[in-house]
Amino acid sequence: MINWMLHLPGIIVVVPLLLAIIVALLPARMGWAGAVLGSGLSFCAAIVLTSHMLEIDALNRLSYFLGGWPPPWGIEFAVDHATSLVILAVTGLGFITTISSNTLIYNDIHHDDKGRFYASWLLVLGGLLGLIMTADAFNLFVFFEISSLASVTLVAMGCGRDKRALVAAFNYLVIGAIGATFYVIGVGFCYATTGTLNMIDMATRLPLAVNQIPVYVGLGFMVTGIMVKAAVFPVHFWLPPSYGFAPMAVTSLLAAIATKASLYVLIRVLMTVFGGFPDMPVMIMQWVLMPLALMAILLGTILAIYEKDAKIMLAHSSVAQIGYIVLGFGVATIAGVQAGFIHIANHAMIKGGMFIGLGGMAMAIVGKTGISDLSGLGRKMPLTSSGFLICGLSLIGVPLTAGFISKFYLVSAIISAGYWQIAALVLFSSALSVIYLWRLVETLWFSPIIETETRLPEQPMIYLPLWVLAIANIWFGIDAGLITGLAKMASVSLFGGGL
Amino acid sequence: MISADIAIILGLVTPLVVALLTPVLGMRPDLRDLLGPVGGVISFYAAMRVALAVMNGVTPEWFILSISEGLDFSFKVTPLGAIFGLVASGLWIMAAIYSVGYMRGNKEASQTRFNAFYAVAVHAALAIAWSGNLLMLFIFYEVLTFSTYPLVIHKQTTEALRAGRLYMGILVGTSLMLLLPGVIWVWVSTGSLDFVPGGILSGKIDPAYVPWMLALFAFGIGKSALMPIHRWLPAAMVAPTPVSALLHAVAVVKAGVFTMLMVVVYVFGYDFLAITGGSVWLIWLASFTIIASSVIAIKKDDIKARLAYSTISQLSYIVLGAALASEMAIKGAALHIVMHASAKITLFFCAGAIYVSAHLNKVSQLNGLGYRMPVVFIAFFLASLSIIGIPPLGGSWSKFLLMAGAAQNGMIMIIVVLAVSSLMNVWYLLEPVIRGFYLPEKEPVKVERHLLVVIPPLLTALLCIILFFAPWPFLSLINLMVMS
Repeated sequence: MINWMLHLPGIIVVVPLLLAIIVALLPARMGWAGAVLGSGLSFCAAIVLTSHMLEIDALNRLSYFLGGWPPPWGIEFAVDHATSLVILAVTGLGFITTISSNTLIYNDIHHDDKGRFYASWLLVLGGLLGLIMTADAFNLFVFFEISSLASVTLVAMGCGRDKRALVAAFNYLVIGAIGATFYVIGVGFCYATTGTLNMIDMATRLPLAVNQIPVYVGLGFMVTGIMVKAAVFPVHFWLPPSYGFAPMAVTSLLAAIATKASLYVLIRVLMTVFGGFPDMPVMIMQWVLMPLALMAILLGTILAIYEKDAKIMLAHSSVAQIGYIVLGFGVATIAGVQAGFIHIANHAMIKGGMFIGLGGMAMAIVGKTGISDLSGLGRKMPLTSSGFLICGLSLIGVPLTAGFISKFYLVSAIISAGYWQIAALVLFSSALSVIYLWRLVETLWFSPIIETETRLPEQPMIYLPLWVLAIANIWFGIDAGLITGLAKMASVSLFGGGL
Repeated sequence: MISADIAIILGLVTPLVVALLTPVLGMRPDLRDLLGPVGGVISFYAAMRVALAVMNGVTPEWFILSISEGLDFSFKVTPLGAIFGLVASGLWIMAAIYSVGYMRGNKEASQTRFNAFYAVAVHAALAIAWSGNLLMLFIFYEVLTFSTYPLVIHKQTTEALRAGRLYMGILVGTSLMLLLPGVIWVWVSTGSLDFVPGGILSGKIDPAYVPWMLALFAFGIGKSALMPIHRWLPAAMVAPTPVSALLHAVAVVKAGVFTMLMVVVYVFGYDFLAITGGSVWLIWLASFTIIASSVIAIKKDDIKARLAYSTISQLSYIVLGAALASEMAIKGAALHIVMHASAKITLFFCAGAIYVSAHLNKVSQLNGLGYRMPVVFIAFFLASLSIIGIPPLGGSWSKFLLMAGAAQNGMIMIIVVLAVSSLMNVWYLLEPVIRGFYLPEKEPVKVERHLLVVIPPLLTALLCIILFFAPWPFLSLINLMVMS
């Protein structure tokens, strides 16, 4: 009798990766079913895992040794509360975007390409999950590469509609590779100093190397590399074009989960791997991450206001929202990191829903996403557009939505840490975000309807998953206990050294 | 007889049910339009039950869930909340009847959407009235803003959309940028957002910060239309008159001043405010708003614009009462919510009735119209007297209490401000009546008959008289508020 509970961390990662290979070998029409199966199984496993984690207290963790080899020789997967929260968000959103993807790629992917498409899709998902789960610094690099190479493939598949997708994918590839290289160089420095690749081992040995320059260099390289992957300002510039030109389904997947995983890695490296290292991580958080986050918030919001294409507009808004998460981390208090984790989960639901909704509306007008093209569509597609609106209201943080909970906790954390001016800036930019959302609202509902010949009806496979997310946004805006509680435990466990 | 706890649920759920049923019955306009008045009666009954329970010293509660530790999603009725609940639900009955007459008489489009959002707005107003803590109040404050947006831009013209942008821009902008940090500041410094008689801030915050915190609330609550954040209210007059009547004379603006009073009475504690002197600046700003908006009102020829500026001026009476922070002034401010609501809704009803029946919307066009529409003009006259504060109309009580409050503080200048403002009220509110009855008609106007827009103003005008002779239910609630 196998104790499944013990193998859950492995199952969550291995199932999508394994199905990726199977899907590539099966006929193209089976692709979607395989992807739904893979992401669904991971999601179920993540639910079981999280409910298990809720029962144990914040300073405990689950370890899983791949192949039964204990570290430092083997690779370890480790789950604490921070991990389980992010895993739950990533698998949940992975599952929901997978369900809607088959309909969303209608205009983008040729039927025969679906096998390849879904194989890459599952690789992205599996790679990101591995990224979150692994407790081995080098193994993390491997998962970085798996997920980003597969995402580049997916972005490039947008070339059927717009050739600029290829340029965007190429930039994404090059910049992503630079980020990964920076990270692995940093790992090299730390490995040279400590002689281990296991994060927990490294964490215990690094404090002994306080005065050694290579450790500081290594930390710098690692953090910079991860920031590139997480699209933290000013190394975010690959994100708007690749989200903008990727097929809509891919955008919904990447926007919901891809940067979230990297953000998690960022806080993990700073607080777990370098957790025992005096001063340095907190200094990076307060003096590097916080100012950059503020720039990201302002710049992303302003660019979104002036953007004419709805899809790229939402991508700019993603840059700003990543800024909010990083800002929470940057406060470097328990409440601040908690706020960051709350927004990781909430923003996944918000952006996943918004891109699915936008995709559903864009489908009806042959994939066009210019704001003026969407004129009057809200009245033509009431189910899709109202679900989109709920996620949008959550984005700007209207009360009774999850976004409000995020904002409330973030601003509380900032104010109780005494950063008044920063709280004012955050609130100012969140008020600015009303402007770009309201432009969409006026276009969708109060502008004349453009009559085109090919107008698809509303698709249940789009508005049903969308409404699941919309209801989740409202649910977690009222009954926020699950997310805030898990995030609190995540933060406490990270401050206790984590893992 | 239902228990008061059940009455809260009934009162809050009824408008939501109305909002949900309205689109279902969209194809059957007669049934659909019956929903509003029926919902109003049920909600009003619930509000009366709740108010009676509060008078008997019970605190009706509805706990739903805990948002997270220390923050509850719950309703809990304070005496002031009971008053606002009565006002909002009681006047909803009148406004719902009136709105049927107005929308049909005017042949407005999208009446289903209109009725649905109208009911959601009433729900939000009741939820604000009965909210259990400051966070709940903030939440439904925002719900009220968003649910009234489709009503403001109802006509969907460029002008309406522009007014909608101003409306959202000011109300959402101020609440997100000032009110929310104010709420969070209270939360961070006290660890609680509950409404406690006597306030929760005393001893928890450096008195030097009190004026700043009060400023976050005073300017963050854009709905109370203090200058210079009052521009949204005249802009919102582009909406159909039933919206201006119930929402922009009663529910929305009163939600603003209600929030202000709640903050002063239950968060700061008016004794604490008076001792620290943190609200002195607000006394002068409110006085300035009272006079300045009266001057603007005199110059407005559009009836609704004139009434809008009159509303801004009257709202500042309530802010003034809160800022004076003496027992008498707080009483006057709370009573003015009731008195001004009943009078101002009458004035808007009349303005709308004139528009529907005679298609006139300028004061200068009203010459001689009084004899053609006597009921409407008499109602207008009575409501004007109430706002001016002449007995035997309800408005005289609240103005008397406010003046007494100013005297209690020894602020003679404030009494002068209130007196001057009354004189200006006479000028701009009685002009339409005088034109209607004393000046000869310029050119004959065709006056249509719409019974449903004439009866509600008559009833609310009578209410103004009744409130003079029987203000005791409200007074006893107000006494509970300052006693506890």
